[in-house]
Parts: sequence; C-alpha cells; structure tokens
Amino acid sequence: MSDILLKIDAVSKRFTRKPGVVAAAIDRVTGKDSTVTVHAVSNVSLEVERGEVLGIVGESGCGKSTLGRIVSGIYAPTEGEVLLNGDIVAKEVHGAVQKQTTRVQMIHQDPFASLNPRMKVGEIIAEGPRIHGLIPAKEVNDRVGALLEKVGLERAYANRLPHQFSGGQRQRVAIARALAMSPELLVLDEAVASLDVSIQAQVLNLFIDLRKDLGLTALFISHDLSVVRHVCDRVAIMYLGRLVELAPASDLYEKPLHPYTSALFDSVPKLGVGKRSFAAIQGEIPSPINPPSGCAFHPRCPFAGPRCKVEIPTIAKAGTGRSVACHIHNGGTGAEASVPVFTEAAA
Amino acid sequence: MTAALEVRGLTTQFETRGGVVTAVNNVSFKVEPGKVLGLVGESGSGKSVTGFSIMGLIDNPGRVTAGEIFVHGVDMRKLSATEQRQMRGRDIAMVFQDPMMTLNPVLRIGDQMAMAVRVHEKTTKRAAWDRARAALEIVGIPSAGERLWAYPHQLSGGMRQRVAIATALLHQPAVILADEPTTALDVSIQGQILAEVRRLADETNTAIVWVTHDLAVISSFADDIAVMYAGRIVETGTAEEVIANPRHPYTRGLIESVPSLHQAGEKLPQIPGATPQLSKLPQGCPFRPRCNVANQACLGEPPAHDLSGRRVVCHRPLEAAA
Repeated sequence: MSDILLKIDAVSKRFTRKPGVVAAAIDRVTGKDSTVTVHAVSNVSLEVERGEVLGIVGESGCGKSTLGRIVSGIYAPTEGEVLLNGDIVAKEVHGAVQKQTTRVQMIHQDPFASLNPRMKVGEIIAEGPRIHGLIPAKEVNDRVGALLEKVGLERAYANRLPHQFSGGQRQRVAIARALAMSPELLVLDEAVASLDVSIQAQVLNLFIDLRKDLGLTALFISHDLSVVRHVCDRVAIMYLGRLVELAPASDLYEKPLHPYTSALFDSVPKLGVGKRSFAAIQGEIPSPINPPSGCAFHPRCPFAGPRCKVEIPTIAKAGTGRSVACHIHNGGTGAEASVPVFTEAAA
Repeated sequence: MTAALEVRGLTTQFETRGGVVTAVNNVSFKVEPGKVLGLVGESGSGKSVTGFSIMGLIDNPGRVTAGEIFVHGVDMRKLSATEQRQMRGRDIAMVFQDPMMTLNPVLRIGDQMAMAVRVHEKTTKRAAWDRARAALEIVGIPSAGERLWAYPHQLSGGMRQRVAIATALLHQPAVILADEPTTALDVSIQGQILAEVRRLADETNTAIVWVTHDLAVISSFADDIAVMYAGRIVETGTAEEVIANPRHPYTRGLIESVPSLHQAGEKLPQIPGATPQLSKLPQGCPFRPRCNVANQACLGEPPAHDLSGRRVVCHRPLEAAA
C-alpha cells in the first residue's frame, strides 16, 4: 500500500462578508440578504504520498493559495478535513483557527515581506525551534549554521539583517526557516515567482537538491507551468475553486484532457518556437463571488454543450493515475458533434 | 526608411550618496515602423530606466547625460520642455506595468481617454469620446461604448491594461514603449494581449519597444531582441537568431536557465552569483565574475563585435552553432 502523508478530504472554504449595520437594517426591511460569499475552494480532494511533490496550478482567483493556506493550518476548512498522517492540521475553536501541528511549513512568495526586517537572519531561523523547544539552547547556533550551509549561504550570515541580502538569498533564508522545524510537508506558495530567471534557476536547483537529500514531501503552488513540470511528480489544475484535472506531470504535459488545461498550455509563451498566435482562451476569469452555473469553465470553453451549462462535472478517473472533471470525458455534453476525439478518455 | 525610434549613445546617471551611478550606459538601438523590439534584462539591468529616459521621465537625482533620441528623425533631447510635452502621447506613448497606477481612479474611462485626445487636438468632447471608443474596440474590449462609462476599479486587470494600451494608441503614435505590461496578468490574459499587440504592430505600423524580463514572452512575438545587463546592451539581433544562437555568455545563461528546455527534474544550468549593484560594478566586463568563459582579457572594457546583423559586446563571444 502506498504511504499517504497528506489527505485533503472534500475540503471547501468559503469566505463571507456580513452586511454592515445599515445594510443589515435595509435587509430586514426588504427581506433580502446582502451577505457576500466567496467560494474560494469547493470540494477538493487530494492525496499526497510521502516523498512526492504535488504541483497545484491555476490562474489568480482559482483558490490555489487558499488551498495551500488550509493545508498549512492558516485557515481551517469550512467543510471537509485535512489530515497529515491521520491527524487534523488545524481546527476552528470559538471562531479562531488553532494550528494542531508544526509538521507543515510554508514558504511564501515574497521574501521581502515574509522576513522580519528587524530580526537577524539567525534569529529568524531559530525562532520556531526555540519557541517549540525542538533544540537545546546551546545547540541553536550550530543548527542555524548547518541550515544556512544547507541552503547555500555562509554560516557568518546569521548575524546579518534581511536587507543585506538579495531576493534569491532571502528566499534561501525563508527555506532554511521552514526546514528548521524539520517539517514533514512543505507548502511552497509561488516560491520562485518573484525571482529573476537566473536566480530562479538557482533556487529551483536548491529545491531539487534538498528534495534528494531530505526526501521532502511538498505542495508546490505556482502559476508557472514550466517550473511546475520541472519539479513536480503530479500536477493538479484548479479553476475557480475546483479541481479540474489531476495527472502525473509527464502525462499531463504530453496530453492534457480538460479543455481548460490544454487552453492554458496553449497560451503559455514558449521559448524558441518562433512567432505564433496566442489567444487560446477567450474571455475573462469569472468572479468566484458569482461563479457561472454548471461547469465554471463553460463560458470560455469552445466545446461546451447544453449539459455543461446546468450540471457541475464531478472529478472522475480518466486512465491510469489521472482524473478529470469534464462532461466531455464523462458521458458527453449533448453537443458531441463539435467535440474533439480524446481516445484515452474512453478508457 | 527613417526608423520610428532611434536611440544613440543614451546614458542616464543617478547621483547617489555613494557616488554617481550609471543606470543606462551608452545604449543604442533602433526600431523600424511596424516592428517589435524586445528589451530583455533582469531586475536592475536598466531596461525600465531606458524606457523612462526615452520618454523624458527621469527626475532628480537622475539625469540623461548623453545621447540622442530620434523619434521619426526628430531629436527629442534638442527640443524644449513644451515641445517635448507636445510629442509625448502624440508621437511616442508609454504603457506601464501597473495599469492601476496609470489610470486615474476617480475619472470615468471615457473622460480620461477624451482628456488625452483633447490635450493634443482641438476637438469636441463628443468626438473625443468617439475616438476613445474606437481605440477600445481596436484592443478587443467588448461593448466598448459601455466601458467608457466605467471607472477603473470596475474593470479587471486585463481590461485595465487594454485601456492603458488603447490610451497609448489614441494619436496613433510612431512608437509605443511598453514596460512589462503583462507581468502582472494571468497567462491566459497575457496571451490575449500579446496577440492584440502583435496585430496592432502589423496593421497600424506602430513601432513597439517591449521591455520585459521574460525571454519566453519576447521570443514568441518580437522581431528583434536587445539583451541588457548592468545598464548596457550586451547583445542584439533578430529574435530567432538571438534565441537559437546566443553569442553572449549572459544571453546563453539566461536561455539555458529556462526550465522548459530541460528534462523534468534535472538540475538547471545556472548563472552563479547575483546581478551586480550598479554602484559597485566589477572592473572591465560587468558580467565577468559570473561568466564561465571569462579570462584575463575580460578585465578590459569589452569591445563590440558586429557579426552579420548582430551586435555582441564581449571579449570572447561564443562561436555560432553549426
């Protein structure tokens, strides 16, 4: 049996904005309800094996960062649960989120915002283990030094402040801080998005090395398809809070099944293929406050049929280790004449 | 044919407490009408400052200290401030990275676009609104007439950027400078805008300078590429040649560090170190400490080589691939 480390079970997260005093009074008189609800994540289930790197890809507003925060225990899910080794990661107690474990650590996008500018790098790295009593006080310096070396920085840098480092170096510090807690799972939320290409390659290489050395399990959240293909074993594609496709990275890039996935691949500029037309996806990303009926992608989908407008597709198996949430691959849409043939989907 | 934009020996310096910093160092390039030039570089390479210098948007403590900027054969730097202002927006326009900073949040789209029309032309407000609507239609905004009544916050990021591009197009300028205009946008929206811009260049004969850090974006729609490093242009050539056959070690390093060209999971060839601070540039070639082919000769100022339509500033340019 495979060794499942992380189990995301039917997780949903809704954010609601209650009406203010005036709006509530008007609501009472008119009988309307002006509460605004954002369905950030809707019914997502995923499993991550120990030692696996799962990529989560989507455009802004697709819920990928919210999912990352739920897994890290920053948010508690509205429905469903997140289990690490069978234990709940975070729960809501009297309206406040209580994190139940330090075994999940997160690395954020912007290393200029995620490091306290007034703390020395050594203190930043040691803070977590010190507070949680993971290492004896007299071993702290050794541990910090070892971590700095592990991420490719010098031991002496422990006495410097974050502003003395470049963006790439700061991101290394953020990685060292996460590793200091000896986490079982790392959540990287757009961890290389703010770095220059040459620096991005350095940080990706560091991640590949660390993964080999430490057998890291990670959730790698990114909008950059080429980066994800490079470091991930499996990839989950999200659209407007829902999981639309899940597949091993190599299969997915060879043959995307969901129309959104393939449109996304087509709109990514690729190096060295010469001039080409873009505009693979028409239209805008809809608002998660008021998502379209049925399949959320149907207003932009060239293959959408009548069924897509009314029924939300459920995610279903589509070949070995793959699944997809699309009526084309799951019973038809009522507009088959215009549907391209996906041979593998029949399996 | 006169180039739509020709820049010769442009140098921009900033006076800082640590001394004079040369952000743009002797930069020269030209763009023909209807062509797209990609100005590529990492943060701190001077690519944005080059754009600001051309537009005359450098403020104290910065100063354009040398160079000529020809727009349709007219040297912008020889003009008075008033004449320069008359050219900005009419003959040369700029699109910035963040459209929320470009657009006035308290004015309707139509009002601010009409204002841009009427700054340069005596026309009725109604005619100006018509022009604005036509410009919005050109950049692919659906129901443009209604959008004119909207405020910027009612539009999505992609729509706002289209409005910014449409505003730049109002007077059909000879040149549009675009500073990372799609960096803040999602890939699917970026694809739509790239397609529109390419079509505009082809159809309206506008020359476009597209400033970006993203080689993949530029390789897919630019005609020519100029690569900047530490304030200098280190390599120029047609997009196909520069990407397929880089001759400067930095260009090659940049191209090789793009993950999509490699086997998944394999380590990427990386350029060691970080981009140098402009106040502490190394002696000789600024790329020398990070370069894997550098030798003693690189301690001197790098010479420019003209190689069949290409230009490479390097002591030891790479051999052309067979």
